[in-house]
Amino acid sequence: MMKKLMAHRLFWPLVTLLLMLAVNASFNPGFWQLRWRDGHLYGSVIDILNRAAPLAIVSLGMTLVIATRGIDISVGAVVAISAAVAAWMIGGQLVMQDGVQVYASRFPMGLALACALGVALLAGLWNGLLVAGVGIQPIIATLILMVAGRGIAQLVTEGQIITVYYPPFFFIGGGFLFGLPFSLFIVGALWLALQQALSRTALGLFIQAIGVNPAAARMAGVRQRLITVCVYGFCGLAAGVAGLLLSSNVKSADGNNAGLLMELDAILAVTLGGTLLTGGRFSLAGSVIGALVIQTLTSTIYSIGVPPEVNLVVKAAVVFVVMLLQSPEFRRQAHALVFRAAPGAAA
Amino acid sequence: MTPAKIIAMPSLPPTGTTPSRRGLSAAQLPLALTVLLFAAMAAYGSFAYEGFFSAQVFLNLLIDNAFLAIVAVGMTFVILSGGIDLSVGSVIALTTMVLATLVERHGWTAAGAIPAVLVLGTLFGAFQGLLIQRFRLQPFIVTLAGMFLARGLCYLISIDSISIGNEGFSELAQQRFELWEGASLSIGALIALVVVAIGIYLAHGTAFGRTVYAIGGNEQSALLMGLPVARTTVLVYALSGFCSALAGVVFAFYMLSGYGLHAMGLELDTIAAVVIGGTLLTGGVGYVAGTLFGVLILGVIQTLISFDGTLSSWWTRIVIGALLFAFCLLQRLFEAGRGRAPP
Repeated sequence: MMKKLMAHRLFWPLVTLLLMLAVNASFNPGFWQLRWRDGHLYGSVIDILNRAAPLAIVSLGMTLVIATRGIDISVGAVVAISAAVAAWMIGGQLVMQDGVQVYASRFPMGLALACALGVALLAGLWNGLLVAGVGIQPIIATLILMVAGRGIAQLVTEGQIITVYYPPFFFIGGGFLFGLPFSLFIVGALWLALQQALSRTALGLFIQAIGVNPAAARMAGVRQRLITVCVYGFCGLAAGVAGLLLSSNVKSADGNNAGLLMELDAILAVTLGGTLLTGGRFSLAGSVIGALVIQTLTSTIYSIGVPPEVNLVVKAAVVFVVMLLQSPEFRRQAHALVFRAAPGAAA
Repeated sequence: MTPAKIIAMPSLPPTGTTPSRRGLSAAQLPLALTVLLFAAMAAYGSFAYEGFFSAQVFLNLLIDNAFLAIVAVGMTFVILSGGIDLSVGSVIALTTMVLATLVERHGWTAAGAIPAVLVLGTLFGAFQGLLIQRFRLQPFIVTLAGMFLARGLCYLISIDSISIGNEGFSELAQQRFELWEGASLSIGALIALVVVAIGIYLAHGTAFGRTVYAIGGNEQSALLMGLPVARTTVLVYALSGFCSALAGVVFAFYMLSGYGLHAMGLELDTIAAVVIGGTLLTGGVGYVAGTLFGVLILGVIQTLISFDGTLSSWWTRIVIGALLFAFCLLQRLFEAGRGRAPP
C-alpha cells in the first residue's frame, strides 16, 4: 500500500508541498487561519493560492511544451507584452457622465483583453513555427522572442510604467467570486479544460509520443508539426492570461520588469511537478503543485524573516537536487553507493 | 565512458549536423556575411551621421563591449561543443560583487582580489561542467540553476550596489593606452583583444580545440576516436566560467562598482553575438574570430541607435532579436542544403 502510494507520480511533489506548508505553519501560528470578512475569505493560504495563480497558468503551458521535448524561455517576455497591450488599450481616464465622475477605458475592455490574448497567442504560434516549421532548437527559437519581446513590450508602453485607472479591469486579478479570489477560478477552468482535452481525446497521447520520440511519432502518423505549433501557441496564450492577471493585480504594466525570470520559475514548477525535462512523461496537476511549492517557499522565506534574496539560492539548490534525482546516472551511482538503503528515494 | 553509452550510439546516417568537407563552406559563409554586415553598418553610419567615422568611435566599440567579447569567447567554446551556458551574466555580477567586497570591505589589494575571483569563476564553471558531464544533465537546465545560484549569492553578499573607490583599482580602470593621437584603448579592451587571440589559438592550434570541435560534431564519434571527451567537456565549462569571471573584472573596471543586478540578461546578448558570429548552434562549426565580429555588430547597432537620437533604446533589443532570427534561419538553410546532399 505504502509502496504503491510512493510510486504515484504526484507523491513527491505533494510531500514537498506539505513539508513547505508545515514549515510555514510552525513559524507562523496563524497560517491555517481563515477569516470571513466583507464576504471574502482571507488568510495566508488564500494569499498563497492567489499569488501562485499566474505562475500556475504559465506552468500549465510550459508543461505541454516540455512534454514535447521543448522549452519556452520567452514566457516572461510574453507576460510583459500581454500586460502592456492590455494596460495600454484600457488606460482609463476620469470623465464626467451625467454629472458623475466615472472611469472610461480607451477601448472596450473585452476588445482589450481579446487583443492582449491574441498577441500572446501569436507570440506562441511564432515560437511554434520556428521550432516545428523552421526546425530551430526550442531554447534558441524562444530566445529570439525573449530578447525582442521585452523590446516590443517597452515599445507598447513607450518605456513607461502604464498605470490603469479602470476598476472593472482590477476584478480579473484582484476580485472575488463566491468569497474566493477570481484568479483561482481562471486557473481551475484552464486546468479542467486542458485535462479534458488531453484525456478525452488522443491529444495527450500524441504529445507524449512526440516527447518520447519525435521521429517515431511522425512515422506513426502523429501530426507532429501541427501539434507542436499548437502546444507552443497554447503556452503563449497561457502566458498572456498570466500577464492579464499580473497587470490587473498591480493595476499597471511595466514592460521591463513584468514577468521577469518567470520562465525560470515556470520551468522549476514543471520539474518539481515530476515532468521529465527530456520529454514524454508529464503531469498537469504536478505542475500546479510545483507552482504552489514555489509560492509557499517564497512566503516561508518571508515569514521566517530571512532576507528575501535567499530565495534565489534556495531555488537554485532545489533545482540542483531535483535535477540530480531525475538523472538516471546519478540514481545508479547513488544506488550503488548506498546499496539499497533507501529504495524509495529514487522514485 | 560506460558501456551503456556505447550501446546507445545511433547507427543512423548523419542528420546534417556533422561537419564535412562541404561543411567548411557552410561555416565560412555566415562568417563572411557577418563581416560584410559589420562593414555595411559601419559604412552606413559613416555616411549618415557626422562624426561617426573616427578611430575613437570604432575603438569605443571595443571599449564598451570588452566584457561582452571576453564572455562571448568562452561561450563560443561551449556552443562549439554542442552545449550552452546561461550562467555567464550572473557569474559576471557575482564577480563584480565579490571583487567589490574583497577590495572595499576586507582591504584586499587589486592584485590579490582579481586572481581570487578568477579562480572562483573557473571553479563555478567546472562545477557546472562536472554536473553536466558526470550525470548527463542537460546543459541549459544546469546552467539555469547556476544562474539562479550566482545571482542569489550576489544578493546574499549585499542587495545594494557597492562602489569601488580603491585607488589602485580605479587607477587600473582609468588607464588608457594611446595608440595614436586622439585614439586610445582601455585596459579592458586590451584584455579582450588578448582573450580573442588566445581563443583563436586554443580553437585552431591545440588538441583541446580540436577535441571541442569533435565533441560538437558528434560526441559518440569523438568518444570512439579515444578523445578525452569527459575531461574536455568539464574544461569547456571551466573555460566559460573563467571568461565570465575575467569579463566580470573588466566589467568592474568599466562600472567601478559591484552590484547583483549587473549584466542582467547578458547571457542572451552573448549567445546572440556567438550566433551572429557564424557559430552553428548544433555545435562543431564556427570561428572564434566570427564571435568578435558578432560582438562588434551588437556594438554598432547600439552606436547607430544612439547616434540617431530619435530611436529609443528598446529598439536595440528588437533589432538584436531580428538579427538573431535572420541568422538562425540562415543556419537552418545551410543545414537543410547539406542534409539533402547524398552522404
